[in-house]
Amino acid sequence: MTKSRRLKLRVFRVVVLLLMGAFFLMPVGAMLEFSTRGTDVTSPRTLDAWLRIAQTPGLVKGIVTSLQLAVITSLGMLALLLPTMVWVRLRLPRISRIVEFICLLPLTVPAIALVVGLKPLYVWININVTPSVLALAFAYLILVLPYSYRSLDAGLAAIDLKTLSEAARSLGAGWGTVMLRIVIPNMPSAILNASLLSVALVLGEYTVANLLNFQNLQVEVAYVGLTDAPTSTAVAVGALLLAFVLLMVLALVGGRLQQQHYVPGQRA
Amino acid sequence: MDVQTTRQRAGVEVRLEELSRRYGPVTALDGLNLTMAPGELVALLGPSGCGKTTALRLVAGLEEANSGRVVFGNKDVTGLPASKRDVGMVFQAYSLFPHMTAMQNVAFGLTLRHKTANERRQRAGTMLELVGLSGFADRYAHQLSGGQQQRVALARALAIEPTVLLLDEPLSALDAKVRSRLRDEIRRVQLEVGITTLFVTHDQEEALAIADRVGVMQSGHLEQLAPPTVVYSRPATPFVAEFVGLTNRMPGVVKDRVVDVRGAKLPLVQNDVPDGPVTALVRPEAVSLVTDGASEGPLVGTVIAVAFLGATSRVTVDLGGMTVLAQMPTSQASEHPAGTRVRLTLRPDPVLIQREEASPAGA
Amino acid sequence: MTAAGNPAVNSAARPDEGGRRISISWLGAAPFFVYVGLFLLLPTAIIVLGSIRTLDGGLTLSNFSGIDKPFMVKAFTNSLGVSVVSALGGAILGAVLAYAVVTGNPNGLLRRIVMSASGVLAQFGGVALAFAFIATISTVGFVYVFLKSHGIDIYPNGVWLYDPPGVTLIYLYFQIPLMVLVFLPALDGIRPQWREATESLGGSTWHYWRYVAGPLLAPAFLGCTLLLFANAFSAYATISALLTNGGNYVPLQVQALLTGETEQSQPGLAQALAVTMVFIVVVVMTLYALLQRRTSRWLH
Repeated sequence: MTKSRRLKLRVFRVVVLLLMGAFFLMPVGAMLEFSTRGTDVTSPRTLDAWLRIAQTPGLVKGIVTSLQLAVITSLGMLALLLPTMVWVRLRLPRISRIVEFICLLPLTVPAIALVVGLKPLYVWININVTPSVLALAFAYLILVLPYSYRSLDAGLAAIDLKTLSEAARSLGAGWGTVMLRIVIPNMPSAILNASLLSVALVLGEYTVANLLNFQNLQVEVAYVGLTDAPTSTAVAVGALLLAFVLLMVLALVGGRLQQQHYVPGQRA
Repeated sequence: MDVQTTRQRAGVEVRLEELSRRYGPVTALDGLNLTMAPGELVALLGPSGCGKTTALRLVAGLEEANSGRVVFGNKDVTGLPASKRDVGMVFQAYSLFPHMTAMQNVAFGLTLRHKTANERRQRAGTMLELVGLSGFADRYAHQLSGGQQQRVALARALAIEPTVLLLDEPLSALDAKVRSRLRDEIRRVQLEVGITTLFVTHDQEEALAIADRVGVMQSGHLEQLAPPTVVYSRPATPFVAEFVGLTNRMPGVVKDRVVDVRGAKLPLVQNDVPDGPVTALVRPEAVSLVTDGASEGPLVGTVIAVAFLGATSRVTVDLGGMTVLAQMPTSQASEHPAGTRVRLTLRPDPVLIQREEASPAGA
Repeated sequence: MTAAGNPAVNSAARPDEGGRRISISWLGAAPFFVYVGLFLLLPTAIIVLGSIRTLDGGLTLSNFSGIDKPFMVKAFTNSLGVSVVSALGGAILGAVLAYAVVTGNPNGLLRRIVMSASGVLAQFGGVALAFAFIATISTVGFVYVFLKSHGIDIYPNGVWLYDPPGVTLIYLYFQIPLMVLVFLPALDGIRPQWREATESLGGSTWHYWRYVAGPLLAPAFLGCTLLLFANAFSAYATISALLTNGGNYVPLQVQALLTGETEQSQPGLAQALAVTMVFIVVVVMTLYALLQRRTSRWLH
């Protein structure tokens, strides 16, 4: 590349990144600013709104509920998807395209549309299974399918599943052992990625919870926001920053995890 | 070497003068001097990092030199960007534009020069015929094999009638069988068109097979620039001797302009070597074996392994303290299977000397 | 240890055992299909069937006639308008940002930060986003206050934050990151050799974009724009939290039908709306998938 072109490119990049950076940081900054305002224009910054989070029972309940839902959904997703995907790869390769299609299907059904069909179903669940808000996990698992599938699929594609499982089975391992001690340890970053994406989605979910009359984090934040905007805003920006930190950690650790585990036939 | 003496060699003289390129503290190219005769094919050969690709890219104009000149004929192109230099280039991989057919790829340079559709079709067709792919005009890159893609890339580079042809390891990404066939194709086309060509490779077999002259490079400078036979049989430096072909490193003693290697007296390539202990670089083809029942001697050893290479075989002999490679026709090698006790004879070809100390003689 | 000798692994090669083995194999995939059937296919069936049934069980399309009403048409106009503009804006700006990122160090910190941030922000919808923009440019937002104190009034003709222009601006906040996430792989697929080949054949930067990079990236760009459109069209949480006094968009109409009293008289309308939304999104996503196939053939 010639020097002048390199220079032009650098200027372009700096300008774009600065402008975009400003655009995206401003609302975050604004949320921090809003949630730390004093009682009037002249009073100093205060963390009152943040401290009020712990004192607002609705918000605390919302946080706990959403965290529980995040964990349940992640684990449920792994328990349902991973064995199925391994099984399909090894035993039913012909239906792998069908499975892929189904897993990507939720992308074509807007949550707002899906919830219209979920409502009667949840009325039934409310009466016959459980009225708990944790029943939302059933729906959430569907919502995270596309992102988790893609992540796990990439992880499974990177390991030679057929050879590893055949080797393990020929040495006498049962399917449980194969899953727990062969498959899972060999795709740590894909599993972590799928789980964190699920957690992020569940923590940010509002549509289904709201229209099924459940109180999760986002629903509570919206509700509290009607009367105590600063506190709600504090929760919102807190969750956002937490999610960002989690994904950054994933980006750094995931990269290192990828290098550490051995991929047959491939030297790092 | 070429056989086509009937064709007139057209082409332009290409001169690289004191060409240098640095990347921060690293010197990729250190004052390279190279003059290519019109229509000549020069191969730049060396390990990765030796500067051969950097040299090629400087000639192409894809990078700017820190100092030095590049001259095509009597035109100094040093300050010109690649788009104004009129060079044809073939890359190692991803040569073709994936969204265009072979015909469109080949005609692309002509499109840029605003040729009419008729002119484009004719010229591109001629080029595809030249590389033997006339029937493949409407195929896309993903429908062509690796070898076919590179041939289309060659046709594309030549379609614009460039001044110089530059090839950046065009065969490295291909299978072995395809490689040897394609390199002869490239040479045939290059001779037919008569264009001055710079060919970069790390494969010494390629370089020796098709080049008029081979430039062996290391760490940014030329170690030797000579026809293939000379580079092979009269390597100028130990690096060349070891990079091109196989070498046995055998300790010996120089006395009176002859080196004594375990009793065998061999003449020297260099004529300025003082007496003393040295390492002699002996080609495997110069080593022959005899099974004559001898069980002791400075040049008597045991065969460890025989590697079958087709017409020739390579025999590894344990000489007690050192391993020696001997290369000979397979019929001869079969007389000395593994485990046999053999006596070595060294043909009195001139050998290159490397001093026992750190600095090799003649470097 | 040979694979050939292991019957458990070689079921496909033994036809006499195959019948029994294959049906057992299907059992392994059963939990997945049962679950998805129950929580994805069943609700979808409910809305599809519900949209074409009358109260007493007959088949009809009359539910869809509710879409004719002026306020419903306006809902669609608003939704489609905001979706198209935020998709185009997000696509162009996102492509520019993706280009700025991809031309840097592929393993560098910048790229990782931008990708992580994009991953978070693309999902960052709804409530928090609405609050974020209220905190920024509503009449109590600090940017508005700051600009006002320097003599710049961004609301000379009234507050537009809660109108379609404001909604579009807010949508850009997750559209641009989404574009970066889905378009960057295509940019990654552009090989430097193509640029260098164009140069050595005599082409300028303009030639390169006009004949090589442009045509190569066009399907990916178009496909990603469609994806952004579907994304904006489906979005509910942001406008629900932002427009607390009500607003006229299709998802909000669905909400009204699900939570309001009007549901008694028009049960099928909510489903009809849902089906319409699904139909639009399915068409768009199908086009997206087709364009992605072309892209992956050229750029991966």
